[in-house]
Amino acid sequence: MKSTPAPAPLGRRLAVSLSILAAFLLASVAIALVTGRQRVDFSAILSDPFSRALFFRLRLPRVLMGVLIGASLSLSGAALQALFRNPLADPFTLGVSGGGALGASAALALGWSAHFFGVPILFLAGFGGALAAVVLVRVIARTGAVMLPGALLLSGVVVNLISAAAVLTIQYVADPNSALRILRWMIGSLDVVGLTPIWQMLAVLAPAWIALIALSRDLHLIAIDDETAATLGVDVRRVETAVHLLSALIVGVTVAMGGAIGFVGLIVPHAVRLMFGEDLRIVLPGSLLLGGAFLVLADALARTVLPSGELPVGAITGLLGGPAFLWLLRRRQRYALI
Amino acid sequence: MTPLLEARGLSYAYTGGAPAVRNVSLEVPPASMIAIIGANGSGKSTFLRMLAGLYRPAAGEVLLDGRPFATVPPRLRAREIAYMPQTAAAAFPFPALDVVLSGRTPHLPRFHLEGARDREIGMEALEAAGAAHLAARPVTALSAGERQMVALARALAQQPRLLLLDEPSSALDLKHRAGIMRALARLRAARGLSIVMITHDLQLTGSLFDRILALRGGETAACGRPDEVLRSELLADVYGEPNVRAQRMGDQTLVWIEA
Repeated sequence: MKSTPAPAPLGRRLAVSLSILAAFLLASVAIALVTGRQRVDFSAILSDPFSRALFFRLRLPRVLMGVLIGASLSLSGAALQALFRNPLADPFTLGVSGGGALGASAALALGWSAHFFGVPILFLAGFGGALAAVVLVRVIARTGAVMLPGALLLSGVVVNLISAAAVLTIQYVADPNSALRILRWMIGSLDVVGLTPIWQMLAVLAPAWIALIALSRDLHLIAIDDETAATLGVDVRRVETAVHLLSALIVGVTVAMGGAIGFVGLIVPHAVRLMFGEDLRIVLPGSLLLGGAFLVLADALARTVLPSGELPVGAITGLLGGPAFLWLLRRRQRYALI
Repeated sequence: MTPLLEARGLSYAYTGGAPAVRNVSLEVPPASMIAIIGANGSGKSTFLRMLAGLYRPAAGEVLLDGRPFATVPPRLRAREIAYMPQTAAAAFPFPALDVVLSGRTPHLPRFHLEGARDREIGMEALEAAGAAHLAARPVTALSAGERQMVALARALAQQPRLLLLDEPSSALDLKHRAGIMRALARLRAARGLSIVMITHDLQLTGSLFDRILALRGGETAACGRPDEVLRSELLADVYGEPNVRAQRMGDQTLVWIEA
C-alpha cells in the first residue's frame, strides 16, 4: 500500500499545470508551422507571394484549425466524463460526434451552405445533430434514477452506428462533390483554406469554452458524487442541461468543420489527469490546452508520415486512441464502481 | 424555541410506485441526536432525503429555522445541513482529502479555490472521522468502511449545524463504529451539532440518542425517547419479527432476538 504525500494547494497546482500546458501548446504550434512537405521560407514570407499564400492560406489555418478542434473535443470530453461520471465517456464514444456529422452531412447534401443570422447553417446543423445524439443517449441510458455505465456507452455506440449508416446513405445519394466532402468528415481531416472559417469557428467556440470552464467546480463536485453535489448547493439538473447544450454546440461545430475525429476527447483528459491529478478545475482548462497541442502534433505527423500524400488526422488519432481506450477499460476494472 | 429543522407531514412516492413515505413529521431541536429506525424499505432513506432537500415532498413541508426550504437558497442550506448518503460512490480516483475539501464548497464563492484554512478544516474533519491516515489515498482504492469514514469527514468539513447520516457506520468494524459515535457525541457537546441518523444498531440508540423515530411501511410507528420506543412489542411490530426482545438496563437498552 503506497502512501503518497498530500497534494499541494490547488492554486499552485493550477498555475503550474496550466503554465506548462500553455507552453507546450505554443511549442506544438511552432513545430507544426514549420513541418510540412512544402518548406515554408519564413524569410521570404513578406516578399514572395507563393510563400505567403502557402503560409497564410494553408499552413497557418490548418494548424489553428487543429488547435480549435483538438481543444474543443478534449474540453467537452473532460466535461462529459465528469457529468456522466464515466471515465470512458467522450464525444466519440457517446455518439455526439456521430450525430454532429449526420447533421452536417445532411445540411451539405441538401445544399444548405448559406448563413442564418451570420452563423453558417453547417454549424447549426452540426449542433442540432450533436444535441439530438446527446439527448438520445441520455434518454436510452437512463432507467428511472439509475444511470448504468455500460448502457451509456452501448447507447453511444449504437447512435454512432446509426449515424454512420445514415451518413453513408446520404453520401450515396448526394452529388459527387458533396459526397467527397462527406467522406472527408467520416474520417476527420483538418483541410481548410484561408482564415475565415477559423474566425467563424472561434466566434462560436470561445464563448462556449468559457461557459463550460466556468462550470468546472460544479462538474468537479458532480464527478466526486452527484448526489452529494446536490446537497452542497449544486443545481445538478441545470448543470446537466448546460453541459449537454455546450458540448453539443462545441462538438457539432467542430465536427461540421473537421469531421468526427475520434478519441481525442477521451485520451487527452486522461493524460491531463495522469500528469496533474483528478481535480476538474485543472482537468477542464488543462484538456483545452493539451487537446490543442495533441491534435496539432497528430496532424503534423499525418502530413509527413507517408513518403507521398498525407493521412487524414482521424486515422492517426484513431490508431493512437483505440489502444488507449482499451488500456483505460482494463484499468477501469480496478475502479470500484458502486 | 424554534427547532433547527422541522418536517411537517411529509409524504413521497416514487414515480409509478406506491407512497414510500406517508405523513411523517419530525422536530430536530438544536444539539439533539435523533435515530431513525425501521425495517428495510420502510421509507427511512426517502424521509432523510427529503430532509436533505434531495427529494421534494409530495405533501407537507420542511422548515429550516422556521423558514420553508424553498425560500432558502441551496448554498445557504448547504452551510447548515450536511448529508451523508448510504453508499459513497467513487468513479474517479480522487484523493480522499479532495473529497473532504468538496465539503468546503458552500463556504466559498464560485471562483475561489480552497485555501490553507480549508485544508486545515479538512484535515481536522478527517481526524475526527478517524481517517487522517487516508488523506492522500485515492477513494477508488478504499474499502467500503474507509469510504464511509471519508464521506463522514466530508460532511463534517461542511461545518453544518445539522448532520443527516444514512447508516454511516454500516460497513465499519466495532472499533471504528465506536470511534465515530464518540466523535459525533463530542461534536454535539462542543459545537451544538444536531444529528439525525438512520441506523440498524439498536444497541447504540438506547444510550446516545435523545429521540427515536420508528418507521413502518412509510408511516410513523412511534416517535419518542429511547425507553419509550425500544420495547419488545413495538420493535416486533416495526421489524415484523415476533422474537425481538428489548430490556432496559440502567441507561442502556439491550436488544436481542430470542432463539
